[in-house]
Amino acid sequence: MTQLLEIKDLEVAIDNKTILKGVNLTIKEGEVHTLMGPNGSGKSTLSNVIMGHPKYQVTSGDILYKGKNILKMEPHERALIGIFLAFQYPKEITGVTLEEFLLAAYRAKQAHTDPDKPPILVFRFKKMLREVMAEFKMPEDFAERFLNHGFSGGEKKKAEALQMAVLQPTLAIMDETDSGLDVDALKTITANIDKVMRKREKTGVLLVTHYQRILKHLEPDYVHVMKNGRIIKSGGPELAHELEEKGYEHL
Amino acid sequence: MLLKTDMIDPTVKSEAGTKSEKGIFARLNRDTLDHSDPSDYMEKFKKGISPQLVAHISKDKEEPEWMLHQRMKAYENFTRIPLPNWGPNLEALNFDEICFFAKAADKKGGYESWDKVPAYIKNTFDRLGIPEAEKKVLAGVGAQYESEVIYHSLENELKEQGVLFLDMDLALQKHHDLVQKYFMKCVPATDHKFSALHGAVWSGGTFLYVPSGVKVKKPLQAYFRMNAMNMGQFEHTLIIVEEGAEAHYIEGCSAPKYGSNALHAGCVEVFVSKGAKFRYSSVENWSKDTYNLNTKRAIIEEGGTMEWVGGNMGSGVTMLYPCSILKGRNARADHLGIAFANAGQIQDTGARVLHLGENTGSKITMKSISKGGGHSIYRSDIRIAKTAKNAISQIECDALILDPISVSDTFPNIKVDNNSATVSHEARVGRLNEEDIFYLTSRGIEKAQAEAMIVNGFISPIVRELPLEYAVEMNRLIELEMENSIG
Repeated sequence: MTQLLEIKDLEVAIDNKTILKGVNLTIKEGEVHTLMGPNGSGKSTLSNVIMGHPKYQVTSGDILYKGKNILKMEPHERALIGIFLAFQYPKEITGVTLEEFLLAAYRAKQAHTDPDKPPILVFRFKKMLREVMAEFKMPEDFAERFLNHGFSGGEKKKAEALQMAVLQPTLAIMDETDSGLDVDALKTITANIDKVMRKREKTGVLLVTHYQRILKHLEPDYVHVMKNGRIIKSGGPELAHELEEKGYEHL
Repeated sequence: MLLKTDMIDPTVKSEAGTKSEKGIFARLNRDTLDHSDPSDYMEKFKKGISPQLVAHISKDKEEPEWMLHQRMKAYENFTRIPLPNWGPNLEALNFDEICFFAKAADKKGGYESWDKVPAYIKNTFDRLGIPEAEKKVLAGVGAQYESEVIYHSLENELKEQGVLFLDMDLALQKHHDLVQKYFMKCVPATDHKFSALHGAVWSGGTFLYVPSGVKVKKPLQAYFRMNAMNMGQFEHTLIIVEEGAEAHYIEGCSAPKYGSNALHAGCVEVFVSKGAKFRYSSVENWSKDTYNLNTKRAIIEEGGTMEWVGGNMGSGVTMLYPCSILKGRNARADHLGIAFANAGQIQDTGARVLHLGENTGSKITMKSISKGGGHSIYRSDIRIAKTAKNAISQIECDALILDPISVSDTFPNIKVDNNSATVSHEARVGRLNEEDIFYLTSRGIEKAQAEAMIVNGFISPIVRELPLEYAVEMNRLIELEMENSIG
């Protein structure tokens, strides 16, 4: 299998404070990786850095995507080549509907991958979006609401998963997508992530989480534990069970 | 922002892959607005202002004696009244360099068919999408080029209902008594230096009369275009909406950029009678050489409603504060405005409301955007008179500052002389947030587009109030302003 993401000795700082202190991680096509660890260990920082958040400085190391260094790429360029980040705290944008936002994103991606094809027509896009929304059991008017504005915590996470399903990334990073969800919402979301994965066998997933429970719905191939800006242990699904029993302290 | 149908989406290509031109204003860009056409006709017209010029304008228009009188008196006031001692500095405005009166064509009252309009003038309006908008969404159109109106139309059905919609110069001839009764009674020429100047050299503009009970469903539009260098435009808009009548009027304007000053000092007077409802929308796009010193005012009688919807995108210096005088009981005014101050622009805009009657209500919603060193100022003057029992005024102004070199100021003035009044004022200033932009760009949207989205979202409560085609035009204009990021 081809290597999708390769992180090599990555060191990252914010305001001259080092947060990631040499992270190594490789994700291949079709693999699900789970990144666990206590609060403040650097999990969210890693997710944001892969996506290209401008507030972090990469002080050394590399991030390769399909063998190509992406450190100099803008966030939107990274998105166009197939990287997607489901945010832990999605931003609320008033005056912009979820639908028009997703249409703009979809068209941008379409123009990138298929520049000769005319942009998707609004009504076709609407139809497609409604179909995906139905799978997520979302009410129709959801698309016409302002992006994340006044959404409950669960609705925000659902909207992130919906965006992922529409944009069909090759590398999906899900930052605490499971937190704040009730059991039913968690099931719906994971079932759909699973579906996106099966439909596109080459998709890789990096699942950042605190909790075990999402792993019951979405079996990972690898589990990594992060602490103090480093991945201190990696293993198979059994590592997650060990963590549940013994916590992070013993590592 | 809008997402209704493919009809309005200027970026959409048809299935066959050809670019759709369905959006009326889809082709508008900065070049369209800034493009100047030949102005050979200007040779005949001198710059500067004098009593002789004022007399000449009146004579050229074959005006009645009282109008000449009124003009001469206004001229006197203009020479006497100093420049305002507040607001943006106007000292660079040189009256000797402005051409106060120029005719590009000689047809009193304007042509009645676009085919008869001289080609070089018609081309301009074609580029601006006016004849097309007329066909698709409007009930009537007036088009002014330099000092005079060159085209005017109104649907026959409305003519039959007694609606009058014509060039102001012609209205003075054809509906003399009506004009005399109302002309500059709402905005007197003694008000300030630029209303005095207007009173002296006014030319062209629109007269709209809606008889009792007539409800005009589709909007009427007037478009004001300055073409020559150093032009001054002083159109007069007089609108009378009789008892229980309703109408919506849209004003558009633009001028090419020369790097040398132009002046716009128009005047809008609106009389809203008992139970009538009127909406005045404007999309202002003067070139950034223009001083836009416009006066707009409405008097609203019992139970009447006045709505001002305005987008100020252009001009170098703008001073514009639409005013509502809530005279009758239960009269109401809504002021909605957007101002975009880009590099080199001062947008000093706001609202004035005078509550006189009982139970009068006003709501002011203003949004400003500052970018590239632009300066936006919200200035308001709300007065609640002793007589205005139980008046309610609600003011909301939001400023969005896009970069560290841009500025936003707020100068609200509220004077309440009646204890039963309820007045609320909310002001917010925000900056573009890095996290918001990161969120949008992380989905593949370029930074400039993401910023434009946030800005369009910010102003959407106001843009939504415009008819669809104009709302799309407004979004497009905002995107144009967002594209030229500062170097």
